[in-house]
Amino acid sequence: MSDLVIVLVSLGIFFNFAGCVGLLRFPDIYNRLQASTKCVTLGTILILLAVVIHFGWNSISLKALFCIIFIFLTAPTAAHAISRGSHRAGFPLWKESVVDRYNEDYPQKNRIKN
Amino acid sequence: MVVFLIGLLICTFFCLYRIGAGPTPPDRTVAIDILGILMIGFCAILSLFTGKDLYMNVAISWALLAFIGTIALAKYLEGRTFDE
Repeated sequence: MSDLVIVLVSLGIFFNFAGCVGLLRFPDIYNRLQASTKCVTLGTILILLAVVIHFGWNSISLKALFCIIFIFLTAPTAAHAISRGSHRAGFPLWKESVVDRYNEDYPQKNRIKN
Repeated sequence: MVVFLIGLLICTFFCLYRIGAGPTPPDRTVAIDILGILMIGFCAILSLFTGKDLYMNVAISWALLAFIGTIALAKYLEGRTFDE
């Protein structure tokens, strides 16, 4: 197992860890969403890239390549669906948030107090 | 191998805390989505160190099912049905 594979897997786990700390520590739904989704997607793609580099041209690396493409397409879609659904349902932003552009187009009618 | 798996396991426990103690339903939905992506990392590391083909099959099907479940939960949050 080459050094490049070890470095890629370590970097991927570092990004996963950073994303999960962001999921744990940020104050708001939207902050947690933007912190965790991007970091965890990048980290998992790095781990799968290590699999592709390690096995060369193989059935395992082909499946890992499909998995990379699939995660790259579906993770932003899922994050967008969650943020749109929670904003339409009326979950408020953090109380020190500065700007809310989506509220100008689609105002939150029944905003939920927390 | 064990060091990498323990690193991912700590991330998984952070997600489980957010699923259990999240104050609102979208927090739990985000944590379920992230947990599904982390499981793909688990399967990739197991396949990397054991060299078996089985784990990548599990990873692909887990990615599909986690995406469909997240979309269904997001539609439920918005207050609509899955067909719309």
